[in-house]
Amino acid sequence: MSPETATPRPLVEARGLARHFDVSAGWLQRALNREPRLTLRAVDGVDFAIAPGETFSLVGESGCGKSTVGRLAVGLYRPTRGSVLFDGADLGSLPTRAERARTRRRLQMIFQDPYASLNPRWRVREIVAEPLKAFGLARGREARERVAELLVQVGLSPEDGGKYPHEFSGGQRQRISIARALSSGPEFLVCDEPTSALDVSVQAQILNLMKDLQAERRLTYLFISHNLAVVHHMSDRVGIMYLGRLVEVSPARELFRAPLHPYTRLLLETIPDLDMSGRERRPVQGEVPSPIHPPPGCPFHPRCPWADARCRAELPRLLPRGAPAVACHGVEEGRLG
Amino acid sequence: MAILEVRNLRVEIPTRRGTLVAIDDVSFAIAEGEVLGLVGESGAGKSLTGAAVIGLLEPPCRVTRGEIRLGGRRIDGLGPEAMRRIRGKEIGAIFQDPLTSLNPLYTVGQQLVETITTHLALTATQARTRAVELLAEVGIPSPEQRVDAYPHQFSGGMRQRVVIALALCANPRLVIADEPTTALDVSIQAQIIALLKRLCRDHGTAVLLVTHDMGVIAETANRVAVMYAGRIAELGPVREVVKAPRHPYTEGLMGSIPAVGHAYERLTQIPGTMPRLNAIPPGCAFRPRCELARARCTAERPELLATGGPSRAACWRHDPAWGEAP
Repeated sequence: MSPETATPRPLVEARGLARHFDVSAGWLQRALNREPRLTLRAVDGVDFAIAPGETFSLVGESGCGKSTVGRLAVGLYRPTRGSVLFDGADLGSLPTRAERARTRRRLQMIFQDPYASLNPRWRVREIVAEPLKAFGLARGREARERVAELLVQVGLSPEDGGKYPHEFSGGQRQRISIARALSSGPEFLVCDEPTSALDVSVQAQILNLMKDLQAERRLTYLFISHNLAVVHHMSDRVGIMYLGRLVEVSPARELFRAPLHPYTRLLLETIPDLDMSGRERRPVQGEVPSPIHPPPGCPFHPRCPWADARCRAELPRLLPRGAPAVACHGVEEGRLG
Repeated sequence: MAILEVRNLRVEIPTRRGTLVAIDDVSFAIAEGEVLGLVGESGAGKSLTGAAVIGLLEPPCRVTRGEIRLGGRRIDGLGPEAMRRIRGKEIGAIFQDPLTSLNPLYTVGQQLVETITTHLALTATQARTRAVELLAEVGIPSPEQRVDAYPHQFSGGMRQRVVIALALCANPRLVIADEPTTALDVSIQAQIIALLKRLCRDHGTAVLLVTHDMGVIAETANRVAVMYAGRIAELGPVREVVKAPRHPYTEGLMGSIPAVGHAYERLTQIPGTMPRLNAIPPGCAFRPRCELARARCTAERPELLATGGPSRAACWRHDPAWGEAP
């Protein structure tokens, strides 16, 4: 036995993951106006590992790159740099078609908008059966039975298979998305804001369902959300993203009890206070800068009350501090307390 | 005295298959400087209530019963021209998406000046000075320059600040804010809420805050009305409704919101969904989802009843006869 058996091998691992998008104008425009090429660094060097059965969440504001990481993690985007390892194998360089299909059926995705992610012209049973067909897992009667089972598992009835998506409410549609994602028997699910489009009481139903399914099937989740309370409820570990980088990765409990990075601290300040303690929240000053022209040094320094000359010049690296890891010169030097 | 008083409001939508009742017997009042939150899930009728007050119901929706009074004066029967004069002057409006409430072809200064000169007796120069002051007041940096910028040159949060400046530019007595922070990032949301609160406190403006977000209500409102299927289920001081809900729906709703600082395996789940407008059950609209329901809940619709606390709830269990009857 190797000593590594103490900590299980991660199911999913991102190594130096980066994805840049070219957002330049057309070449003629650029030539006429002498404009340079513009690159949007949506994700710029992200490392994390997710253990089997764990829920790892990515949190951040619009444009921080969290959804891009999710898409990279299931292979919907190819990384500009770095790699995603699934069960030890690099998703980008699986040699044969058969091997790619074998790996792909083990990872699936649930999207935010249950109105856009289901084909309105297909019946529910066709939608849910699609992965079964695509991966050649079941057909005919067997496929129909599997679909019926899945619909029951997500809280719908087998008869719902004959209906079209428009006949369902938002929460029920998200149940259909979940049934579809589960039909190929995946181990890893990327959930990109799965409840952001839903009402709170429906959100509770879907979050409970996701937890039940995780326990039954030992699923591993990459959970992407901007809602800190939802993340607190769902996660084992949390990564906070800011302008394409992870600024803090920490066990959920510790992160919410004792946040380290100034951005995390300020984000926690913005959580509405439902305990009615009368605490005045101090709103974060300023706004997220453009990822096309990120500030030099630490990307958070223009909004950070603790920023000094080093923060303005040098990019902090994500360094472990006990269980949490944090990318902040101030924390490293101990001047934040 | 109440700035806004809504009494027994009923809004109907005639359709080919019969008339739908979208808002059914809704009454509330907002005092000077008070923020009343109107909270509910999609389709509960909260935005429609706001639209009815401001006279912007889209046909075929129409008010069929009840009255709306602004500063004691009835405004529900006024014609479109009279309502147009009231909007902007006496009632300001802030909507969810700041990009659609601003005209992309005019600078924010032109839009502010237009609104100011329409409603106040000021010259164009005075109006421009006032516009710059307003932009400064809502926290726009270097307002002298930004007044000549177009909406697309502002970020989402800054745009919403401009919309707030527009809503407040004629010193209205009432502001209707419909999901004012929903389109914004969390850190910007907190900034906008703080701004809205401060401005209304300083100007003594009454605010009707329409939102689905209990967190925003808890932070901003003084009192809250919880809407369900076009009716008010519970009405009371925010603290009471959040901490000690008296209606089974509010109770379920509060339990279904995950909160930081509490660890629990599962969230409270209200079974089923809110009924559609064409299938609102007789009696209490929440009855099919309610664990406490009895025969009376099917037979009679509950009014807002005293609960023994400062809030009122539309639930028969607060009726003194509840203990005796089956």
